[in-house]
Formats: sequence, C-alpha cells, structure tokens
Amino acid sequence: MSPVPKRPALDRDAAAAAASRFAILAEPDVAYALVETPVGKVMAAQTRRGLACLGYVDQHGSAERFIEELSAGLSPRILEAPARLDEVRRELDEYFEGRRHSFDLAIDLSLIKTPFAKRLLQATARIPFGETRTYRDMATAAGNALAVRAAGNALGHNPIPIVVPCHRVLRSGGALGGYTGGLDRKIKLLATEGIQL
Amino acid sequence: MAVLPPFQRFLEDHRDDVWRFLVAAVGRTDADDCFQETFMAAMRAYPRLRPDSNLHAWVLTIAHRKALDTYRSRKRHPVPVEEVPEVAHHDPGLPDGELWAQVRELPHKQRGAILLRYGADLSHAEIAVALDCSEEAARRSVHEGLKKLRREVAA
Repeated sequence: MSPVPKRPALDRDAAAAAASRFAILAEPDVAYALVETPVGKVMAAQTRRGLACLGYVDQHGSAERFIEELSAGLSPRILEAPARLDEVRRELDEYFEGRRHSFDLAIDLSLIKTPFAKRLLQATARIPFGETRTYRDMATAAGNALAVRAAGNALGHNPIPIVVPCHRVLRSGGALGGYTGGLDRKIKLLATEGIQL
Repeated sequence: MAVLPPFQRFLEDHRDDVWRFLVAAVGRTDADDCFQETFMAAMRAYPRLRPDSNLHAWVLTIAHRKALDTYRSRKRHPVPVEEVPEVAHHDPGLPDGELWAQVRELPHKQRGAILLRYGADLSHAEIAVALDCSEEAARRSVHEGLKKLRREVAA
C-alpha cells in the first residue's frame, strides 16, 4: 500500500501569528488602520509621504470596500498596520479632547487628481482652528475665484477630513453648506472648535 | 475586469495554505522565517502581477523556492533537526509528521512534487509551473516520489 502523505494539520493560530509578524516587519506602500473617533469610525491610511486618507467608513459602504478603493487609488501593496498609525491616532485624540489646535502630520494628496483640487485642499489645510472661510474664499485661494461650485465639489471629496479641515468652510452668509461625512459631523466638528451656528 | 485584491486580503486568503505547506516542507522551526521571506518576496513582486493570475499557485511557488533556499543553507550549515528520526522506522503506519520528515529526504524533484501535491493541494499543471517542468514530468515526479516513499517506509 502506498503511503500518501496527508495534508499537515493546520495550526491556525500559528499561521495568524506569522501573518501578524509579517505586518510588523513589512514595509507596505500603504499602511492602514480603522480608528474610532467622536464623529465615527474613520479609515486612516498612510503612505511614505504622509497621511493620504482619513475617510468616514460609513460613506464608503464597508471597510472592505474602502480598502479596495485605496488599493486601486494608491497601491495594492496595502497592509493593516495599526502601529504605524499611532501618531495619527494620538493627534486625533488630542484634537477631540481640545488639547490640540493644529495637526503636525505630513499630508499626501496622491488621491487628488486635479491641480485645482490639490491647491484648494492645501489652502484648506491652512485655515486656523476655530476660524471659518467661505467657498468663494477657498476658490480664490486655489487660484480661480469663479470656480465656487468646483470648490464645493472638491471639498466634498476631501479624502482627509478633520486633518484637512474642510468643515471650516461655510457658505457666504454663514449657512452650513455641505459636508463629506454628513452635516451632523460638520456641526459637531465646528462645536469642538467653539463655533456655534 | 479582474483586479488584484489588496495585499492585506491576499495575505489573509493564503496565509493558512502557505503556513501548512512550509511546516511540511521545512518543519515547524524554520517555517516562520520561510513564511516571512515568502510574503516579502510576494509583496515586492505584487504590483507587477497580472490581475487574472492564479494567486494560490503563485504564492506556493514562491514558498517552494524559499524552502529550497532553506535546504541549501542546511547543507552548508548542518544543524540537528528535531523531526528527523535517528533510527530507521519499520512501522508502516508512520505518524504524519515523520512521514513528512521522510518526504524531506527525497530527491529534489520528487520532494518538491510531493510537497506541492499533498502539502499544498496543487494540481499537476500548477506543480509543473512551480517546478518549471512539463505536466507529464510533474505527474511522474509525484509518482516516483510516492514509490520511493513506499519503499523507504517498508524498509
């Protein structure tokens, strides 16, 4: 009778432990982690250049779908590596506790495809804590005072909300305008900064 | 249109199969190093991969090559390996672990073929790709390997 080797028994825990060690040792193009905040669960994703995404998970269907978007938009070399996002988590905590008024995180706008939107978000990143601007202000800052609608659209697709504070942009006259994560979040973020509407 | 899955998902989908294959191929002690090297190499090459590739066969082919590196370095730096029995066994009903240890003693091609066939559940066509030979040659290596194994277990 021929001895046919049976597939070795699988030690699932050992395999999972090996995979965890890999996630710590490996240097992926994109490291991501899900982070809980007072305005909901966000997907923090970071490249070698900086934070590329801090999106609200519920706006992207599911975490899995979201990861597929990042894989397609940034790089398929993407790994869940929470330890690599410790600094992001720490600064977010400080911000929501009122102990931090500006973020020291490097930003990577690779997910932004048009130069206008890139300039717009760079200008948005410079709006100080507790202050607001209008969509027209931001269109002007990005180099096209007439592109107010395009400015609103680009801010609505801001991949790094909170850290790139698009919630500080309101309609002229003080109306809220829109928000990438829903208006409740915009109100809550503005309240965090002491702005009552 | 086929799209490569995010590497995280690729890792989750294949880690169990790669681990199980490597435990059979090099033993528990060296399996972890081989596992790390396998997925490091896979991650380096990953973006160049065609999205419709057979990912299972691909990653096991890499694992097989890393196992070969381990055999080669053992030859250069022989170390006692706990799984290799010191006395010949006469018991035809060898426990699986010892049977795999015997598989590791088979000649190069047969060892690879048996490991990929029974340790990783690859088809003969997939083994042919991994070993860079014809499907017929892969089938023959599996057959010859089993025959030799049978003789050794009976001896």
